[in-house]
Amino acid sequence: MNFTNRTGLCSQHPDTIRKMKNDFRKMEDEMDRLATNMAVITDFSARISATLQDRHERITKLAGVHALLRKLQFLFELPSRLTKCVELGAYGQAVRYQGRARAVLQQYQHLPSFRAIQDDCQVITARLAQQLRQRFREGGSGAPEQAECVELLLALGEPAEELCEEFLAHARGRLEAELRSLEAELGPSPPAPDVLEFTDRGGSGFVGGLCQVASAYQELFAAQGPAGAEKLAAFARELGGRYFALVERRLAQEQGGGDNSLLVRALDRFHRRLRAPGALLAAAGLAEAATEIVERVARERLGHHLQGLRSAFLGCLTDVRQALAAPRLAGKEGPGLAELLANVASSILSHIKASLAAVHLFTAKEVSFSNKPYFRGEFCSQGVREGLIVGFIRSMCQTAQSFCDSPGEKGGATPPALLLLLSRLCLDYETATISYILTLTDEQFLVQDQSPVTPVSTLCAEARETARRLLTHYVKVQGLVISQMLRKSVETRDWLSTLEPRNVRAVMKRVVEDTTAIDVQVGLLYEEGVRKAQSSDSSKRTFSVYSSSRQQGRYAPSYTPSAPMDTNLLSNIQKLFSERIDVFSPVEFNKVSVLTGIIKISLKTLLECVRLRTFGRFGLQQVQVDCHFLQLYLWRFVADEELVHLLLDEVVASAALRCPDPVPMEPSVVEVICERG
Amino acid sequence: MFLRLALSTLVLQETDASDSKVLTCAAVWRMPKELEPGSHESPDDSSSPAHTLELLCHLDDTAHGSVACVVWEPTGDGRRVISLADSHILLWDLQESSSQAVLAGSASLEGKGQLKFTAGRWSPHHTCTQVATANDTTIRGWDTRSMSQIYCIENAHGQLVRDLDFNPNKQYYLASCGDDCKVKFWDTRNVTEPVKTLEEHSHWVWSVRYNHSHDQLVLTGSSDSRVILSNMVSISSEPFGHLVDDDDLSDQEERRPEEKSQEPPQDSVIATYEEHEDSVYAVDWSSADPWLFASLSYDGRLVINRVPRALKYHILL
Repeated sequence: MNFTNRTGLCSQHPDTIRKMKNDFRKMEDEMDRLATNMAVITDFSARISATLQDRHERITKLAGVHALLRKLQFLFELPSRLTKCVELGAYGQAVRYQGRARAVLQQYQHLPSFRAIQDDCQVITARLAQQLRQRFREGGSGAPEQAECVELLLALGEPAEELCEEFLAHARGRLEAELRSLEAELGPSPPAPDVLEFTDRGGSGFVGGLCQVASAYQELFAAQGPAGAEKLAAFARELGGRYFALVERRLAQEQGGGDNSLLVRALDRFHRRLRAPGALLAAAGLAEAATEIVERVARERLGHHLQGLRSAFLGCLTDVRQALAAPRLAGKEGPGLAELLANVASSILSHIKASLAAVHLFTAKEVSFSNKPYFRGEFCSQGVREGLIVGFIRSMCQTAQSFCDSPGEKGGATPPALLLLLSRLCLDYETATISYILTLTDEQFLVQDQSPVTPVSTLCAEARETARRLLTHYVKVQGLVISQMLRKSVETRDWLSTLEPRNVRAVMKRVVEDTTAIDVQVGLLYEEGVRKAQSSDSSKRTFSVYSSSRQQGRYAPSYTPSAPMDTNLLSNIQKLFSERIDVFSPVEFNKVSVLTGIIKISLKTLLECVRLRTFGRFGLQQVQVDCHFLQLYLWRFVADEELVHLLLDEVVASAALRCPDPVPMEPSVVEVICERG
Repeated sequence: MFLRLALSTLVLQETDASDSKVLTCAAVWRMPKELEPGSHESPDDSSSPAHTLELLCHLDDTAHGSVACVVWEPTGDGRRVISLADSHILLWDLQESSSQAVLAGSASLEGKGQLKFTAGRWSPHHTCTQVATANDTTIRGWDTRSMSQIYCIENAHGQLVRDLDFNPNKQYYLASCGDDCKVKFWDTRNVTEPVKTLEEHSHWVWSVRYNHSHDQLVLTGSSDSRVILSNMVSISSEPFGHLVDDDDLSDQEERRPEEKSQEPPQDSVIATYEEHEDSVYAVDWSSADPWLFASLSYDGRLVINRVPRALKYHILL
């Protein structure tokens, strides 16, 4: 009520106010009456409580006694109840009863009656524990029930260590059965299933079992602390070790071809399985051991692939040799050198690509171990790039070079065409292929660690060196073949009693034929090269009287002993101004250089052999004819035809010096004979 | 008189072409007295007449074929000579002041084909009873007392063996050179493998010679117109350089540790001489000065060179 407005209210509604007043008076009266009543009630209530107090106490007491009696009853009945529970197999209940009563019995064991009960209970409990243990030992009832047994036993107060041991021993029995069945698969008699099945079975059987054991153990014996965990770890390590040994044996059996897919999948499964227990059993180091096994297998596979590449290369070479040695069927031309080279190159390249693809599986993203540090780093750089690719290229170079060092310089067993082919192969590798392969490798295997890798330039330099050595050896071998022909032709002929030469000797024609054949052979694989333009300047010709390139003798040949000395002196002076011929100058990678090298060797041999014989008049003329013939045909093979002129002039001059009766043939006659022959 | 004979006689070969047959013969000549040491005539006096050689005797072996090589006995009274003719070794005894040569012993090569000796050398060791010969690619050692073969090095070189020489200071060591452009050093007690191989030349090596006193210096001449002087220390008689004498021990004690710590000198090419314009067919050391050597090439050029002074002092000191 808003009393501020009372005056307003009073003045406006006087009746209402009078009624309110009355009501208030009535209420007051009733309130008073209520208060009195309450006081009376309170009084009565107190009187009742007091009356009932006594009863109340007595009833409480009785209730307490009742509860106590019930407990005692429980205790007295305990043995029989326990027995019944044991008989019924309700072990859990029994253990609960026992748990409830234990403390009380312990406290009152000085009372004989309680003592008796306690003894009985203990006997029964012991029986119960034994039965539980029996059940536990029998096993076969599945892990949850076992866990229950162990739980109950722990609740019964059995020493936990013993239980740990028994639990683990029991688990060991089961896991060892698994291992034995795995081992049986490795044996020779039953056909071994493939490696994927093996790892699957191992994974689900052994590793799964181990997982279960580990988790159950940890649940049950978590209260045991680090000692318990240590036991588990030791257990896991030992069994895990045996499992790994079996797995390694099985993997070692995997000879395998080029295909790694099955192996990688098996390894993946194996590794994946061991990641779960790895978290549970971190102390046992199972995951690391598994990773190590996978790394070892990967390394072995790399070595296997390297061997495969090497033998593929050797196989290619054998094929080439067979193709070269195969008798040519009439009318059917065998495979040309260029074709053989292309075959070899493409075959090797395809092998390399196949190996890279097979090995790449190890680094696929889906595979569980591909992000381990080894596979991300060392495998890619050291294993694949260095070990496989660089190692193979180096071994290729070494194999090729070994052809240069073959014993027995008299031709040996290596066909010269093979030398040529290998040198071109190495040269191609140096120019293009090596960088292509390494780029391919680097793309597929991104190197993520800092270990040193061989730069492309080093490998290219090695390949070039190999190519150079092979080509030089080829020049030597072919030069030797022609030299032997020339040497025999000079040494075995009786130069004093030769008749007047009518034609060029057959051996010279053979020399030219062989040189042409070599030219063709080299031309199949190498470019032409640069030849010095033929100069018609006759002043560059040597002064030797016997030079077949001169049109007319400037010096009248006088045959007194002093005359040869004069011309010799002049030719010596001429030699001072001409470049000395280096017989074994380094060979360039073109056809002209190769042929020049071969011809230099051959002509030098001819020169030296001629200097050791004595010639009659016609012997000298025969030499003249032969040399002119050679000059007609050999100049087009060499870089600088002056070289051929010089050497052949020297041959004839030396022969003349060895002749007691030198009468050179007329140049025109020489030309006629040569054209005829 | 006797002594002069030993110094002044030498052996030459000559070819004798008659009836369109070439035969290489051997004979013993006496050097003109005027060129002996101790004579007062200066050798380059241009007014002196050309000296002629006096023929003493022929090593008459028409029965045996062309003579490839003739060697004196290295020491002794200069009465014994060996000549290699075709496939025979002939040992001659010069009697009656070398005016007559008597065949004292002979041996021949057995085998297929036409075997021909190409080079030979008398070993200065073993009281001059050993001779080494080369035929094609084989080197054989002979005992002159029994004229039988002692050792045989098959396939010594890939091609023809051109020359041999014995190490003057080491008994069993022998050097050979051939048309495979290599120079190989052999230990005759173990002939399966060469002790060392040199491949410095680029064409046939015609001649190899050890220095008479310092056997680490080896000279080779080749038809690539080069003469190469090599230092073959590792197989010489002084592989570790000049050893300290006992007399100088007290003076050089403080120097000894650093000498010992030095590496033994490596084999190397000392120098390549390119003065020749044509094939070099013969090289040899001077018997008077151990540091002088000469080389002869096809164009008639005779070049005389010295061992570089630095090396000479290094060897001596």
